[in-house]
Amino acid sequence: MRLKELVKKIRSKNAGPFLLTIDIFCSNRKTFETIIQKITKIEISRLYKIPKKQIEIFPIKDLFIVKITIPRPNIQGSSKDRDLHGASFGIILEELKIK
Amino acid sequence: MNVKVLVPTGALGITYCKKALERGLKEKPDIIVVDGGSTDSGPAYLGKGKSKYSRSSTKSEWKTLMVAREKLKIPLLIGSAGTCGTDKTVDWFLEITKELAKELNQNIKITLLKCSQSKKNINKAFLSKNLSPLNNAPKISSKKIINCTNIVGLAGVEQITEAINTKADIIICGRSTDASLIASLPIMKGVDKAIAWHAGKIGECGAFCTTNPRSGVILISFKKNGFFIKPVSNNTKVTPFTVSAHMVYENSNPFTLIEPGGHLDVKKAIYEKQKDGSVYVTGANWVKDNNYKIKLEGTYVEGYQSISIVLIRDETYVKSIKKWSKQVENKVKKIVDSSLSLKKKNYKIQFRFVGKNATLGSLERKTVEPNEIGVLVVVTAKKQYECEEISKILNPLLLHHSLFKKTELPTFSFPLSPPSFNIGKKYAFCLNHVISVKNPMDIFKLEKYSI
Repeated sequence: MRLKELVKKIRSKNAGPFLLTIDIFCSNRKTFETIIQKITKIEISRLYKIPKKQIEIFPIKDLFIVKITIPRPNIQGSSKDRDLHGASFGIILEELKIK
Repeated sequence: MNVKVLVPTGALGITYCKKALERGLKEKPDIIVVDGGSTDSGPAYLGKGKSKYSRSSTKSEWKTLMVAREKLKIPLLIGSAGTCGTDKTVDWFLEITKELAKELNQNIKITLLKCSQSKKNINKAFLSKNLSPLNNAPKISSKKIINCTNIVGLAGVEQITEAINTKADIIICGRSTDASLIASLPIMKGVDKAIAWHAGKIGECGAFCTTNPRSGVILISFKKNGFFIKPVSNNTKVTPFTVSAHMVYENSNPFTLIEPGGHLDVKKAIYEKQKDGSVYVTGANWVKDNNYKIKLEGTYVEGYQSISIVLIRDETYVKSIKKWSKQVENKVKKIVDSSLSLKKKNYKIQFRFVGKNATLGSLERKTVEPNEIGVLVVVTAKKQYECEEISKILNPLLLHHSLFKKTELPTFSFPLSPPSFNIGKKYAFCLNHVISVKNPMDIFKLEKYSI
């Protein structure tokens, strides 16, 4: 199963020009807890090629949302950036196969 | 106490529902507040000091708000005017307002809050260690600061309060934090700071905190220690979820929000559904910072760019697109070296394969064979002339480069004529820093006009 089939929505956005924030919206507590277990800093580091210590993960238990904040792989709108609004970075997680 | 703030839309220029606005006005708000900008659309707007939205749509949306203001005789406030909120875009917005005042036959007082910063002063602050980096800030130097095309400071409640205190009918603010626009008047009227800032963040995008983001308009009513959030559009609801989830939106930390003069902590906030369909919010905490800091945004010119687009439909070439583009790149570099005498370190050629991995680049994990690939070639160099020359050297290769020695030359498809385009200056963000100031108004200016 891919992560997108398990959760309600995954959204990625800029949090200013230098950070990227990805929100995973879960439908219930069980999924929320599964996500916290599976989507670790090690996994994010592997997928986004970002050092572990620069990754922040915030489980928001009242809303069943898991927020992941990482440095932007390239500064927003710089010559190497390919995604001005940080719109598509969540797709990497959506398409992640989970057991 | 009851202070009401009407927010017609998340950003002026993206349209809003006029019927919902009418309904909102019937609730007798004390102020109409709208955001006009963001860094979210990239560095080019701050780089140039220009608005993202069209002048005509900005004027037409502002006109409706000016008419509404005149009817209710309440202040109308816009923040981050003209997308980037430089002095130049504030003046542009003033010009639109003056034109409308004339067309609508309105006599009005206008106050401008100007947020552009002198590079000399910011450099002075840098040298005296008065600038501090925020999370993931790039390294800066005096040279980088002096080379900025524009630097703005983000105004907060203290500066906007000064502007509202001039008793103007219309207040046009340069770059401001989104939340401060909504928070200012309630704080002036005695609402608890934490409550006002919290409402500011929740309401910053208008109806984004409702079940129907497209409806635009929301009304926020303040008591001293709590606020009600209410959608104004017919087909829209708010729930404790839609309201509290907006704390997560475009915010690096869902529990804290750093603002001028302190930070908001919403860990203990309570969101309660009310019988009239609104949501009542209490419980946030405001932590004052004894060292008053202003966030800065700045852009510089990273270089110039030209782009070319060629479409590859031949399946042999689609399969070998990486090899093909590498060969093209190597050939171009040889010609550039011999005919343009440009060193490799002074220009960059990027091949982005649309249909394959143009969006995610090296992070792409999917490997499906597409029907066709659009090759977007981005050339970056120090001068526009150099980009144009490199693109013209590229052109015959993009059109005819063959992977095979002994076959007829292939021809690929250019979708446009001319096949390459000059982008002009390539701007980039270079500041993610705060400056410490003694007095909040130290680096901001007010200007007053009567029409």
